[in-house]
Amino acid sequence: MIEFHLDPRSGVAPYLQIVQQVKEALRLGLLDVGDQLPTVREVVAELAINPNTVAKAYRELETGGLVEAQPGRGTFITGTLVAPSQKHHEALRRELERWLESAESAGLDEESIRAVISTTLREAFVRRVA
Amino acid sequence: MTAPLVMRGVGKRYRRRWALRDCTLAIPERAIVGLAGANGAGKSTLLGLTVGLLAPTEGSLEVLGRDPRLEPEVLAGVGFVAREAPLYRSFTVGDTIRFARATNPGWDASVAGEFLTRLSAGDRVSALTAGERSRLALAVALGKRPRLVLLDEPFERLDPLAAREFLQLLMDGVSELEATVVIASHVIADIERVSDHIVLLGDGQVRLEGSAEELISTHRLLTGAARPLGRIAGVEEIVRKRSSGRQMTLLVRIDGRVVDPSWSVDEIGLEDLLLAYMAPERLPGPEAPEKGRLRWHG
Repeated sequence: MIEFHLDPRSGVAPYLQIVQQVKEALRLGLLDVGDQLPTVREVVAELAINPNTVAKAYRELETGGLVEAQPGRGTFITGTLVAPSQKHHEALRRELERWLESAESAGLDEESIRAVISTTLREAFVRRVA
Repeated sequence: MTAPLVMRGVGKRYRRRWALRDCTLAIPERAIVGLAGANGAGKSTLLGLTVGLLAPTEGSLEVLGRDPRLEPEVLAGVGFVAREAPLYRSFTVGDTIRFARATNPGWDASVAGEFLTRLSAGDRVSALTAGERSRLALAVALGKRPRLVLLDEPFERLDPLAAREFLQLLMDGVSELEATVVIASHVIADIERVSDHIVLLGDGQVRLEGSAEELISTHRLLTGAARPLGRIAGVEEIVRKRSSGRQMTLLVRIDGRVVDPSWSVDEIGLEDLLLAYMAPERLPGPEAPEKGRLRWHG
């Protein structure tokens, strides 16, 4: 079962943090249709937070069609966020690894690699928007 | 359902000093209210009025729809943990619970029991740690299945671990009872974690009241080059101004979007927001004289 954590310094509203953590787990495939979320009381007792916060997060997830509250049983995952493109990830990652190897043999350290990647990403997105 | 706690122009005067003045508020049902303010701001007075220990000098209040001074039976629905969790020190834990059961017709032993798991009935109250004493006080307050729970500085004597545990128990109990809660504390960080509604008192007056979300969404921090201040589009009021050298930071209440590109606009966290409102010097208005008026402590 998913365990939530709260970062009070993040500036993100606590209920949104819970929503984001569920979505993240769904995207990564760590939560799947049929899985149960902890009850409001369990989350409240674990994190020492306001029950309204948890209820609000679950309502938001329900509105988004990702979970369903079954009275007396709990809240269950009904949707998925694993993108259809997921099946291409493996091949793309292998290509990226090959690129990283050639970058390393060309003498780039980690920082330079990050710099090349982030500037390339930025420029590519700017071109696309323009 | 009506608001569990309503105050209309409530004031309380001790001799010549007003401990609370012009207090008007309505606490929504099932809210967890952070009652914030420096020591002496009027928090305990507000709680004392709510539980009928004090009579208002002016104005009127309703607790669960009734005036607690005229219909004290309404207090059966109110759980109160006073400052430093006062209990009879010569009683044992068992005596305390028996006494609470005898004096509260709606006593729920299973709710109370959840707070007593690591206490034994024979322990004397005087021998309990601060954390244990506060758990016992919470058992007494929540065992009567209140619809409104009031806590005065519940974290004051607790170390961080005991404070967190107390908060976990409180939130767990509250979610079972579906109660409305008011937590008075001068330490903003303690209430920030759980509060969804804020009442900030300063010098006996309500400085700020509203849902935490609304307060955050209506305030912004503006940072930009220091300059004489005129009207800024989207800004309703400048709450606080700090300048250091050529830079200026404004805390503002907004009534629209601030799109002026000469200011960078950031959201502000609840703790910083409340601390800014607690600061003694507030700007009288945008036309305030520029120099020498403001000092920021902290």
